[in-house]
Amino acid sequence: MTDVLPERLAEIRDEFLELPEPDRLQLLLEYSYELPAVPAEYEGHPELAERVVECQSPVYIIVDVDAEGIVAMHATAPAEAPTTRGFASILAQGLTGLTAAEVLAVPGDYPQSLGLTRVVSPLRISGMTGMLLRAQRQVRAKSAA
Amino acid sequence: MPVEIDTSSEKFAEYAEPGRLVTGDWLQARLGEPGLVVVESDEDVLLYETGHIPGAVKVDWHTELNDPVVRDYVDGEGFAALLGRKGISRDDTVVIYGDKNNWWAAYALWVFSLFGHQDVRLLDGGRDKWIAEGRPITTGASTPAPTEYPVVERDDSLLRAYKEDVLAHLGAGPLIDVRSPEEYDGSRTSAPAYPEEGALRGGHIPTAQSVPWARAVAEDGGFKTRAELDDIYRGQAGLEDGDTIVAYCRIGERSSHTWFVLTHLLGFENVRNYDGSWTEWGSAVRVPIVTGAEPGEFPGR
Repeated sequence: MTDVLPERLAEIRDEFLELPEPDRLQLLLEYSYELPAVPAEYEGHPELAERVVECQSPVYIIVDVDAEGIVAMHATAPAEAPTTRGFASILAQGLTGLTAAEVLAVPGDYPQSLGLTRVVSPLRISGMTGMLLRAQRQVRAKSAA
Repeated sequence: MPVEIDTSSEKFAEYAEPGRLVTGDWLQARLGEPGLVVVESDEDVLLYETGHIPGAVKVDWHTELNDPVVRDYVDGEGFAALLGRKGISRDDTVVIYGDKNNWWAAYALWVFSLFGHQDVRLLDGGRDKWIAEGRPITTGASTPAPTEYPVVERDDSLLRAYKEDVLAHLGAGPLIDVRSPEEYDGSRTSAPAYPEEGALRGGHIPTAQSVPWARAVAEDGGFKTRAELDDIYRGQAGLEDGDTIVAYCRIGERSSHTWFVLTHLLGFENVRNYDGSWTEWGSAVRVPIVTGAEPGEFPGR
């Protein structure tokens, strides 16, 4: 499993799994603070972003694939939704810089491998899964174009 | 020992049970007082960690109030262990607050009530109002001294309705559907902006009136006045004293908010929350469902 997963995503997963369960929430909170702002060209253009309806909070993602086939993921979520921001931050950090093929090869159950299901609840984790699947679909659409 | 009630608000004085709400001023002046425990309960499991009322403890609805396996609440032993961990004693005054206009706070209050915890109140306006008023917030950990909370069996008979209870209730008393109009008429199965949580059919329970939960909320995020609430629930929805009432939503959280309004603010004595709500009813086999904007008739009567 470790060998198919891109390095950064594997690192993030191991970072979570090394911690006792209660401390994993704190790490997720740190990720939520690290979610970068979306690039200026997307600000005020909600039509360019895709709403992740699997998440309870209003979270939007934008996935770019550049001419070399390298992926960049951006996301916005309100400050009152730190769990969702944390999920978005993990995926933005883990997917940005990968090739389109690498992003598409990320297993759909990656969110469930972080050891967060019990501390966060399965329903909340499914929001992150929705985010990942939507990011992959955008990569598929944008690399086909 | 219970802490005295908040008598500072003219608005509260009009409610059936004025002591069920506290103002920010009242709470801020009493933080740390023995016999008072402040509980934050939010939709987002991490929101508490970004800053909470000093000394408040967190109770999470997903991971702490729900049983991890069966779709049910924790049992008497689980509840005793939870409250013991949070430093709550059986005769403590508990003030709950949270995000989303106190949805989850009201839900937690309702679950506390299933276990007969007597003195449980809401902070009017919840987390957002507290912060908007510039009151203290900290990320410092709360370290409550554990208590021995007694094991009390949960009593579902008075405040909670199961699906079978709702079937028996059809045609016998009012039902209040507190979801959005789109969920009520069947054009969608989950709240706008909420995940599809597994209801297979859309619509509402026959005879249920649509009174979205947010109609009880004032501009400042607190509850509306007694007169405004009476107009909505007694005047427009036609609820009458003595009615046996069932409220429901999607998973029972928004209807806990309405349950609180009907029970504690308006004084209806027989209100049950159907926590199975639409995620159960909308997937159950052969239960009656009505679509469209009208309540509809119960076919069996």
